[in-house]
Amino acid sequence: MAQNLAWGRLFQWHQPVTSLSWRTSTLPALAEDQHSYLPYGLGRSYGDSCLNKDGVLVSSKQLTRFIHFDSKTGLLEVEAGVTLKQILEFAVPRGWFLPVTPGTKNVTYGGAVANDVHGKNHHSAGTFGCHTPWFYLLRSDGQYLKCSTLDNVDLYKATIGGLGLTGFITAGAIQLKKIRTPWMDVDSFRYKNFDEFCELSKRAADEYEYTVAWVDALAKGDKLGQGLFLAANHRDLPHSSGQDPYANQAPKLSIPVEFPNIALNPLSIKAFNFLYLNQQRTPYKQSVQHYNPYFYPLDGIGTWNKIYGRRGFYQYQCAVPSEPEIMREIMTKIAHSDGGSFLTVLKEFGDIQSPGMLSFPMEGFTFALDFPNKGGETLKLLNELDALVRDAKGRVYPAKDARMSAESFATFYPNWEHFSQFIDPAFSSSFWRRVTGTSA
Amino acid sequence: MTTETTTSAKLHQKSCVVFGATSAIAQAVASEHAKHGYALALVGRNQEKLEQIKSHLVTLGASQVSIHVQDLNAFDKHEELLQGILAEIGQYDRVLIAQGTLPEQRDIEKNYALTEQCIKDNALNTISLATSIANAMEAQKAGKIAIISSVAGDRGRQSNYIYGACKAMVTTFAAGLRNRLQASNVHVITIKPGFVDTPMTAHIPKGALWAQPEDVAKDIMSAFEKDKNIVYTPWFWRYIMLIIQHVPEFIFKKLKL
Repeated sequence: MAQNLAWGRLFQWHQPVTSLSWRTSTLPALAEDQHSYLPYGLGRSYGDSCLNKDGVLVSSKQLTRFIHFDSKTGLLEVEAGVTLKQILEFAVPRGWFLPVTPGTKNVTYGGAVANDVHGKNHHSAGTFGCHTPWFYLLRSDGQYLKCSTLDNVDLYKATIGGLGLTGFITAGAIQLKKIRTPWMDVDSFRYKNFDEFCELSKRAADEYEYTVAWVDALAKGDKLGQGLFLAANHRDLPHSSGQDPYANQAPKLSIPVEFPNIALNPLSIKAFNFLYLNQQRTPYKQSVQHYNPYFYPLDGIGTWNKIYGRRGFYQYQCAVPSEPEIMREIMTKIAHSDGGSFLTVLKEFGDIQSPGMLSFPMEGFTFALDFPNKGGETLKLLNELDALVRDAKGRVYPAKDARMSAESFATFYPNWEHFSQFIDPAFSSSFWRRVTGTSA
Repeated sequence: MTTETTTSAKLHQKSCVVFGATSAIAQAVASEHAKHGYALALVGRNQEKLEQIKSHLVTLGASQVSIHVQDLNAFDKHEELLQGILAEIGQYDRVLIAQGTLPEQRDIEKNYALTEQCIKDNALNTISLATSIANAMEAQKAGKIAIISSVAGDRGRQSNYIYGACKAMVTTFAAGLRNRLQASNVHVITIKPGFVDTPMTAHIPKGALWAQPEDVAKDIMSAFEKDKNIVYTPWFWRYIMLIIQHVPEFIFKKLKL
């Protein structure tokens, strides 16, 4: 049976999966035809960083126990397979929230640490790893190590953003933050071009905890970078809406089958972007939103990755220093390519340093978008984007990558060789072998 | 945004006793009870695993969690065990009997000693516990027992008939118990899971019919709340088994099932 164990649905080899049932379990022995382990959570990494061809994936799906919660300080300890969704269902009714969340809550704690995920509050809170005071790491030699800013410090730093290569995270802590309601005060600004974005982003950084822009990737010339800038804070005042704010929300809609490849074409994408941007006619709008639709709009559509059809899709996310010219060049290239996607996300990262050695976010702009897989044409465009990012001394996000070259990776992450000394010798991934040009 | 559920549960602290507490389905059912502030008593063989489950349940909001390390094949220890549990929780409200094993049919079919072991693991210890608990609930004139049987008990198949025979025994026993205790306000629930993706079935390749233990737990919670009698979980197994039960024996015996 064809498996699609990564979110981009680009790879379909047979991939054995095993799992650990207890946080005190040991790793099962490798079979003769398996060269290495790789931890596996919910498979929300887009490319091959969560895959290990000819090796075995070690799933955390049975490690879903909570361990301890301190209701005074908000420090929560969980097993690695506990999802951000489960943390929110537990924490929000108690008045706490995730310190950092990506755009989906269907990721595990272990995955969030291993990819050092970020969110719309990077400028005010940094990455997920900035809020994980410790975790436990199971190594292939049987060692079970507490890693923190005091214990096994190098392994702690290597594991945050370490793509699962340093060992299996079995459990760990996360420092939650206090909220007063489950609601968000959202201000949205319709802006005309990239210059306006830069201005808004600067002004909003101090006033709002969360900022992000949805960009029409096909707009060119004077309109280059036009979109909606969304800025939000957690709401302090009560809000009544008729819905139970604590109800578990199952996806309202799920994509049961792959869409035919023709479904996404430049015309349908233009129409979608037009409709999305024009849902707001005024330049400025205030609203109160529940945290679910605000943070996780796509979680409302079960398996949205199937809309890209049988051939799957690439997602591309880069970070570059805060020089508008660089970003303009990248956006112009994409706008003229017609290979683009639905919505594109643009944000300005802040200067908060993650402890992670291989962490992706850096101060500057970050830009993320999907590309339906059209084979060589798509790969050529992405390679050209890589070249621009390399020249700008930026980076591409491994969690979303399925194709960057070893040369690009070494330029984006010059300390990868230093990092590699902390890799567990029995752990590897398809991504890692690709970007370091090694075989198993 | 306070913990209202915990407070209200303490006023009439309901209890749930879980046998075979380290099984994936039992853990998921215990978690749901913990979220509603129940007092839980966990019975299993492995202290360390029970401790891990206990901290989970306490964190989720259980008003009390006690651990009882016991091999349930030591039948002569059952009374002492149950006395100890009753001392902790006061009276039985809900009980889930979930212990069991899934031996490889081919390994045990040529060896009566292993067959007998399978019957102890999957039928006799359940019947011993259910007998004592049912009698206590009958005297209380209240209580609910959910017993995990299996769709495998609905018809004997060459690939699984020893395990299936154990579950058939459990199913029939539960049906009779339900009938007997109806008049005493005691409710007995027969749970018949299909294929569930748990450590017990880790060695079996998974297909589309496989359910997650959390889904099965939701069905068990709903059975407790709505006093259901026989629960196939997931629901579609009721219809699969209806068909399997109605295939004439002269055809069925030739099938490779």
